[in-house]
Amino acid sequence: MKQDICLIVRNKEIAPSVFEMIVEGDGTPIKKPGQFVNIKLDGFFLRRPISVCDSGEKSIKLIYKIVGEGTEKLAGMKEGERLDMLIGLGNGFDVRTSGDTPLLIGGGVGVPPLYGLCKKLVAEGKRPSVILGFNKADEIFYEKEFSALSDRVIITTVDGSKGVKGFVTAAMNDIPYSYIYTCGPKAMLSAVNSAAKTSGQFSLEERMGCGFGACMGCTCKTKSGAKRVCREGPVFVREEIEW
Amino acid sequence: MVNTKIRLCGRELDNPVIPASGTFGYGYEFAELYDINCLGSLSFKGTTREARFGNPTPRIAECSSGMLNSVGLQNPGVEAVIAEELPKLRSCFHKPVMANVSGFSTEDYVYTVERLDGEDNIGWFEINISCPNVHGGGLAFGTDPKNAAAVTAAVRNVTAKPIIIKLSPNVTDITAIAKACESAGADGISLINTLVGMRIDPKTRKPILAVGSGGLSGPAVKPVAVSMVYKVYEAVKIPIVGMGGIATAEDVIEFMLAGATAVEVGAANLVDPFACKKIIDRLPEVMRKYNIQSLEEITGGAHR
Repeated sequence: MKQDICLIVRNKEIAPSVFEMIVEGDGTPIKKPGQFVNIKLDGFFLRRPISVCDSGEKSIKLIYKIVGEGTEKLAGMKEGERLDMLIGLGNGFDVRTSGDTPLLIGGGVGVPPLYGLCKKLVAEGKRPSVILGFNKADEIFYEKEFSALSDRVIITTVDGSKGVKGFVTAAMNDIPYSYIYTCGPKAMLSAVNSAAKTSGQFSLEERMGCGFGACMGCTCKTKSGAKRVCREGPVFVREEIEW
Repeated sequence: MVNTKIRLCGRELDNPVIPASGTFGYGYEFAELYDINCLGSLSFKGTTREARFGNPTPRIAECSSGMLNSVGLQNPGVEAVIAEELPKLRSCFHKPVMANVSGFSTEDYVYTVERLDGEDNIGWFEINISCPNVHGGGLAFGTDPKNAAAVTAAVRNVTAKPIIIKLSPNVTDITAIAKACESAGADGISLINTLVGMRIDPKTRKPILAVGSGGLSGPAVKPVAVSMVYKVYEAVKIPIVGMGGIATAEDVIEFMLAGATAVEVGAANLVDPFACKKIIDRLPEVMRKYNIQSLEEITGGAHR
């Protein structure tokens, strides 16, 4: 983890209430896809944890949804403004256990961290399949970006306005896979767990205090005891999670 | 050269800045970021007789200039603290630490203090009789002078190390509790623990915290804390460790003028992991600004 004052070079709405932000700053503390940054915003006491979509040595890409006052403030920030960030937090996805044909399943704002993961898996010679779940067609983002990395990208929408109608699990049975990586709302993760035929890694979400393991605000129960979502997580191995 | 050294219950500290229990773990996460030996001391995560998972989540809610927590004394229990946490703490922090102890009965407090007493790096015990986030313990001792005195006396019997009693602001008259602890043999008083508070989410129409209420900390509570330190200073002769929303070197001076001998920094650590280091680094400059040669001379300065 490092602290850096980052320069916003892009902050653009890519779907309703969903923003893609690119900042120039120290990306080197980010070692794995699935890690997050914690952002200080003027007028707010606690930082806002946002998962990393993609990163390079001097650049970090975030995709976030307006879900409250903090993210609303973030959405209003302009290119050229600066953000105080703690960078490289949490334990991300481990690609070593993926097998040759991993399946990536993202729901809504759970999609972004899977993009960096997908890039990394492809770079390692794997052939990932991707299921991206949204409520309806106009909420879809990053379909094109994932399609550039994988020739099997399936979109699901709850209302059936695009792709497979239903939840992400509606598309799971048709795809052979060696391992699962997933991030999304709790109900989705639980459904994916029930449908999963292999081991996998699940990225959990919890309200955080500090984001770096000091306050014990985001503890969850696992089969190997109490763990901090911000430190031992957010990514946990499927078999370890208490559902 | 200004002098930041102070003495707390007979021990010298390089400066009065101590990370508050529950905001600094057992130190080693922060030691990855900077050399934590710059700290005056460190009050480690509240330790109980048995391991505790704590409360269900959400345990954190934000407020104007502060936060609520309802962690509920999550800790691995005293045996695991001795076997696993203290060795790690020792390897990154080489000064005496404050052992923060909580319990659900007088016997719990006595047991935990006895188990920790032999640990050579424990310089003080900080006895938490003021946790608002657990039922049937903690705060129950801190809101009644008789109970507070009973715990103090019981712990006094089993350790020769200085004992500092951590008090709750959720009382009618904090000075009555402080005096009771002093009479029962406390070597110091630390205050304030968090103030009971609640936030409700208009979307769900329910409290944000899973257990409803939690403890408010951060700059929002600072004037309350300063006032209570000021009052307790007039009520007791033993030293006071002041805390409540401290985030800057100026805040340290303010608490010391109110009557604190040392201070603890809590919520600020969670927002800025470098907060304590920044405060310590800036202390000399702020001392010069206010014409303070030696920090220990200003304790209680606002009363003179």
